[in-house]
Amino acid sequence: MTVASQHADKLDLDAIRADFPILHQEVHGKPLVYLDNAASSQKPQQVIDALREVDERFYANVHRGGHQLSNESTSMYEESREAAQRFLGAKSKNEVIFTYGTTSAINTVAHAWGSANLAPGDEILVTEMEHHSNLVPWQQIAQLTGAKIKALPITGDGLLAMDELPGLLSERTKMVAVSAASNVLGTINPVTEIVRQAHEVGAVVSVDAAQAAPHKPIDVVAWDADFVALSAHKMVGPSGLGILYGKQALLEAMPPFLGGGSMINTVTIDSFTPALLPAKFEAGTPPITAAIAFKAAIEYLENIGLDNILAHEQMLAEYAHQLLADVPGLRILGPAPHQKAGIVSFTVDGISPNDIGMMIDTAGVAIRAGHHCAMPLHARYGIASSARASFYLYNTREEVEIFVAAVRKALTILS
Amino acid sequence: MTDIPTLTAAELVEEFEFYDDPMDRFQFLIELGRQMPPLDDAYKVEAFRVQGCQSQVWLVPQASKDGGQLYFLGDSDAQIVKGLVALLAMLLSYKTSEEILAYDLESLFDQIGLAQTITPSRANGFYNMVQRIRDLAAAAKNNA
Repeated sequence: MTVASQHADKLDLDAIRADFPILHQEVHGKPLVYLDNAASSQKPQQVIDALREVDERFYANVHRGGHQLSNESTSMYEESREAAQRFLGAKSKNEVIFTYGTTSAINTVAHAWGSANLAPGDEILVTEMEHHSNLVPWQQIAQLTGAKIKALPITGDGLLAMDELPGLLSERTKMVAVSAASNVLGTINPVTEIVRQAHEVGAVVSVDAAQAAPHKPIDVVAWDADFVALSAHKMVGPSGLGILYGKQALLEAMPPFLGGGSMINTVTIDSFTPALLPAKFEAGTPPITAAIAFKAAIEYLENIGLDNILAHEQMLAEYAHQLLADVPGLRILGPAPHQKAGIVSFTVDGISPNDIGMMIDTAGVAIRAGHHCAMPLHARYGIASSARASFYLYNTREEVEIFVAAVRKALTILS
Repeated sequence: MTDIPTLTAAELVEEFEFYDDPMDRFQFLIELGRQMPPLDDAYKVEAFRVQGCQSQVWLVPQASKDGGQLYFLGDSDAQIVKGLVALLAMLLSYKTSEEILAYDLESLFDQIGLAQTITPSRANGFYNMVQRIRDLAAAAKNNA
């Protein structure tokens, strides 16, 4: 009996872990403890089978040929879009665009929406905790349009300084770009309240849900968000695939971003008219196999229940906080476990996070060390990097214990 | 003149054969780093920084008193990386630029299985350090 199964938890961890073949291996002669889920999660057999099944039986380009295989792959591709629509709570499948990931989804919004709607003097409000992929695209479009970037600060606890939000919003604010959950701190942000205040000044809100979608139920209508981006590879799905949700009226009003095949209605030698949604934003051949298999990932998470997954992760984060509490010089970044997804980022006085990451790798424990693509956030804390353990539905309390013991052992050598 | 402890290829092979557990190898590297003389902050500038490393790494060439040999100072904010800097400095210090350029580091590192100890992204940074030392040796040779 595992340690985890002794605790009140709605997840059947033995059954879940049995679904993930990659977890059952040794690295450096030790059982793998995979705690780098915020970077990329692992895939259950159901998703692996779906990927293989597509390539073995159904693969052909979508929305192209009138032949049988293309018809089948197109139907499955569209069924996957409907699954994503259900997962997000979107009103129409036309609002669900397949992209290559969160980064390409945000770049699409920044460039397509931004080029049509931003002018000199306009303001884009971001936050101090954004991943570079929800920061750099806005900087790029700001440079092109003359718009300015402003940032909502965070508190010492790693929460958004919500009391400062009203003072930063004005009629000049055209876009608010915010993450639903931080990839470093884990902080779950009050998206509904941010959207409400932003809409009062007429701003559009784009939500980076890359770290939220894997861990908590999402309802884009309840959020009233204008755009939402997520990545399949962080939610037991394949890499190379993301979703851009956008309100239909906004997507219809903005110009296409990438030009090419599929996104057109008609083309002459010097002009084109764009296709209807969602094809308008799906130029070129999409990641077909990944998109079709994404349905299996969504169904896997839905079967277990996102509420149950978040509760499990928060239990693991709470346990990690408890076990790390008396490690000398160790500081956990961010808020209390109940205010965040299952992410525990930390620093230790005088010790490089990279050293900790390399040392505990030899004990089979996979974490990430570095700036986690959030250099401004680390600068806010006066540090260059941190070590991050990130939990998911298949992690156990026993793995948290192995992780903490490995950190303690590494620190005895590094101190 | 600052003294850099020396390490021969034979000694390194022996140490790595003795420490076959990766954690012990890291500990050995960290100990090497601790044997290096401290690097003056004046050297921790862009001109001496090795690019492409996950951590901050500085590598400083020095000429021996008679000018015939090179030795290397270095530092890093990460202890394992500092150990790798020390490994190179201890293997290659107090040699002529010709000797440094002729030194077959690749065979030595294959022999000790260094690739199993350091990750690929770390290895890129490490080979940037090796390349930096060779560039410095080549420049010294051309100036001689």
